[in-house]
Amino acid sequence: MGLAKRIIPCLDVDNGRVVKGVKFVDIRDAGDPVEVARRYDREGADEITFLDITATSDNRDTIVHVVEQVASEVFIPLTVGGGIRELDDIRRMLNAGADKVGINSAAVFRPEFVREAAGKFGSQCIVVAIDAKKVSVENEPNRWEIFTHGGRKPTGIDAVEWAIKMVDFGAGEILLTSMDRDGTRVGFDLQLTRAISDAVIVPVIASGGVGNLDHLAEGVIEGKADAVLAASIFHFAEYTIEEAKLKMQSRGIEVRL
Amino acid sequence: MSSVAVIDYGMGNLHSIEKALQHANPNVDVQIVSDSDAIYQADRIVFPGVGAIRDCMLALDESGLSAVIKDVTKTKPFLGICLGMQALVTDSEENNKTECLNVFKGHVEHFSKDMLDSQGERLKIPHMGWNQVKQKPHPLWEGIPQNSRFYFVHSYFVKPDNELDTIASTDYPQGFSSALAKDNVFAVQFHPEKSQTVGLQLLKNFLSWDGKV
Repeated sequence: MGLAKRIIPCLDVDNGRVVKGVKFVDIRDAGDPVEVARRYDREGADEITFLDITATSDNRDTIVHVVEQVASEVFIPLTVGGGIRELDDIRRMLNAGADKVGINSAAVFRPEFVREAAGKFGSQCIVVAIDAKKVSVENEPNRWEIFTHGGRKPTGIDAVEWAIKMVDFGAGEILLTSMDRDGTRVGFDLQLTRAISDAVIVPVIASGGVGNLDHLAEGVIEGKADAVLAASIFHFAEYTIEEAKLKMQSRGIEVRL
Repeated sequence: MSSVAVIDYGMGNLHSIEKALQHANPNVDVQIVSDSDAIYQADRIVFPGVGAIRDCMLALDESGLSAVIKDVTKTKPFLGICLGMQALVTDSEENNKTECLNVFKGHVEHFSKDMLDSQGERLKIPHMGWNQVKQKPHPLWEGIPQNSRFYFVHSYFVKPDNELDTIASTDYPQGFSSALAKDNVFAVQFHPEKSQTVGLQLLKNFLSWDGKV
């Protein structure tokens, strides 16, 4: 017996509502984030992640209010990502009750930001989010690259090297999303997940592509992920968190029940 | 109304612990404090903390709180959390050896980088997530099932000189002290304020504890 593998439901929040886009288009409304977070907590979520996809900065405060409300009644770790660009953004989220923040494009634009953030607030609250896409062709060794702008803009940065660098700069955890799989429901990119998890000492959260509960188990067993993140399979009540945990347990994975 | 003082010395965000204490017992006055008078006046003390131990000890020394904290560990029901537990032992190997408060004789060490689990998989650092806590009898565990899972996030762990100070242990992969207790002082490596039902129960127990074992 020992440390449990974590299941982390992710809420994509746009202007204060939970939405889920398939490859970032065709966005469906999935409800009030505070309500949804409460339900996940009751069902046994190990953590909750909020991804703020609000496009205009005027409406960014909505996520702060969501976090404040959730943090005053849900006592499990909360992570907030999306729009984290300055130390002040991090401070605002932590003061609202977040335990960790996800840094994505701001790290790509200026990697030193991660070092400054970890130095200021501690590595335990700095999650570096990596959006990666496979760029190698068939019969070539696997290679993935970092993409920004919701998977549209290549950076030329190798995903494995990037993960190592981010941990070196102070990331306490890596949230890894396969942009090839996100929204497809065909399962995680297991080779990508494993490549990153083997390369770094910190925990890796697998994300992107979950369509059923076996996918979650495979992320841990074959992808060597320490935690698995999913959005749509939980939002529309296809599966509960508890069902997901029972499935993982039936495949020999240690979970918190 | 009884009161609990959460010591604010600039090491981490106290929002979660404040909310969790209020939730655990709405009849307790929860105060976030940074001056010695307020600490001496409170009925109970919570000593939280995240980050690096050297920054923690520097902040305590500069604010003059080290002596106050050592003082109240002799008298009031006292709960150290995470770095607030590590700061209570003799010294830490973090930041090339840092002297700590020496309330418990012992040392803080880093997890080894080549640890494997029972299936031969490499264990990650930090130790992050929900792990089981094996209790030894103490009033603060009341209503909490044996081997309950609490939320941890840390890269260093406490090794007390006296094994009798260990009031709970957790495996990663070897057993380490996940809670220490002596007289009116209790300290936990995990985060009760982030450990859902069992965490709130521990806080609730603390808020009615008279400091006697």
